Amino acid sequence: MAVTTALPGELEAPALAPMSYWRTVAWRLGRDPATLAAGGALVAIALAALLAPWLAPYDPDAGSIRARLAAVGSAGHLLGTDEQGRDMLSRLLWGGRMTLVAGLTPVLVAFLLGTALGVLAGYVGGLTSTLVMRTMDIFYAFPSVLLAIAISGALGPGLANTLISLSIVFVPRVVRVAESATVQVKSLEYIAAARASGAGVAAIVRHHLLANVLGPILVFSSTQVSLSIILAAGLSFLGLGVTPPAAEWGLMLNTLRQSIYVNAIVPALPGVAIFVTSMAFNLLSDGLRDAMEIRG
Amino acid sequence: MWAYAGRRLLLAAPTLLGASIIVFAMVHLAPGDPIAAVMPAESSQAEIEATKKAYGFDKPLPVQYLVWLGRVAQGDLGRSIATRRPVILDVRDALANSLVLALSSSLLAFLLGIALGLLAAFRQGRWLDKTASAIAVVGVSVPHYWAGIILIIVFSVQLSWLPAMGASQDGGVLDYLRHITLPTVALALIPLGVITRVVRSAALDVLNQEFVLALRAKGLAARRVFAHVVKNSAPQILTVLGLQFGFQLGGSVLVEAVFSWPGTGYLLNLAIFQRDMPVLQGVILVLATFFVLLNLAVDLLQTLVDPRIARH
Repeated sequence: MAVTTALPGELEAPALAPMSYWRTVAWRLGRDPATLAAGGALVAIALAALLAPWLAPYDPDAGSIRARLAAVGSAGHLLGTDEQGRDMLSRLLWGGRMTLVAGLTPVLVAFLLGTALGVLAGYVGGLTSTLVMRTMDIFYAFPSVLLAIAISGALGPGLANTLISLSIVFVPRVVRVAESATVQVKSLEYIAAARASGAGVAAIVRHHLLANVLGPILVFSSTQVSLSIILAAGLSFLGLGVTPPAAEWGLMLNTLRQSIYVNAIVPALPGVAIFVTSMAFNLLSDGLRDAMEIRG
Repeated sequence: MWAYAGRRLLLAAPTLLGASIIVFAMVHLAPGDPIAAVMPAESSQAEIEATKKAYGFDKPLPVQYLVWLGRVAQGDLGRSIATRRPVILDVRDALANSLVLALSSSLLAFLLGIALGLLAAFRQGRWLDKTASAIAVVGVSVPHYWAGIILIIVFSVQLSWLPAMGASQDGGVLDYLRHITLPTVALALIPLGVITRVVRSAALDVLNQEFVLALRAKGLAARRVFAHVVKNSAPQILTVLGLQFGFQLGGSVLVEAVFSWPGTGYLLNLAIFQRDMPVLQGVILVLATFFVLLNLAVDLLQTLVDPRIARH
């Protein structure tokens, strides 16, 4: 501990300043090997997807009838080729872009829209709350997989429709978490103190409320990413997501399914990519929840 | 208790009504004319109008909704546009198959998940706990449709032990079991992960309470302490079991597609690609009703187990 020499009349400075909340969280994350590994894997996956145009050795959509279903490790095709002779490595790299966009966007939408609606319902209360929360309850009448597939099925295939249907699945979930967090924080004494000292609604929400509810909402949203990715790829797998010939992990899994009798390894690869990505997101959100000391 | 049950029932009614609006709206959100899609290309405008009228598509939407709801309330889900069979018959057959699959996979996931979760909680921090936690993470992260394909590759293609798709044809019990085994395992993965996690954390919560320390301090046998912990974490575990069973019923679409299991998911998939809207509506409405009633049953069961809940 540092020795401080205080001048007469001056208050002694604290020898060791307490760490701020976010620095504590970062410090804890840095000491959690599973979370670090998951974070590293996600950075690698994101970079691979981002740099696909430069990393991919071949055009992902260019096939060759003669090179169909080459095995993993064959000359020129590190991860083999698919049922149309397209290079698997190139398609997996390009496919990651689609799957990540289709999986992450709905959770981002849900985070923003869900926080807004949930905080509104929780803070204002009364009729507004009843209206918002009862509407959200209706979406809870459907198991999530069914809701996503039903809406996508009705709207038809396409990336935009996947994003719409998945957002509809995740918004009500975030609203519930945001609302209950807001109701809890709202009743705390320091909010009453702020109000008593004349702070306006906007200032209270911005400075006092959001600062304390965003953590739990963020952690909850992060737990939904893995499910969102599995569902996004699942919709493509059913033929309801990205349309061919685009490379997307779920769609690749679907078109390669017929080839399992010819080659057992190559058709499984897109699923490995979905699995690893979704597991990394799960481990990361677990670590984040522990580091932020949020239960749920 | 009864007042609470009444209140819960009253809350379920508007939810179901709202769900029916969503199901009805889905068809009208859909791009394209539901009639034009199924009419022969050479049909005249008059024929199209006549078919629209026959299906009631010429009336304003709120009227269409009320007429549709009135029929649904009497158990009439309309006729399939593709096969002309009453939707209720198709849904009934498919639901029976889906229920069997949901039950078998839930049973597998519940038994394994509860056992793993409890073992992990009582061996916190040891290798058993770590193994159980790893299984849990894998379970909630694995795309189950891919797991299904892997099971087919290993057990059907490579080993030729089990059939890759369909339900049993000859009606024998053994053949039925052989067909349902792989879809059951694939569908059990997610709930296995979820249940292991929830059971572990629920049991740990109870284990960390003072009364457990007191029980141990007074020298109660480990077996009896275990019974206390199970009893006290039961309400939380019950909730998740109920929810998971509901998810199994509605979430089997992908697994049913992989294994061509003739359940509601398979029917829904078929309806989507034939743009057979009455079937799509019927399947979703029936599943949603099932899901809401199941949640209601779980809530009520919970108050039976833990009467404190009803007082909130």
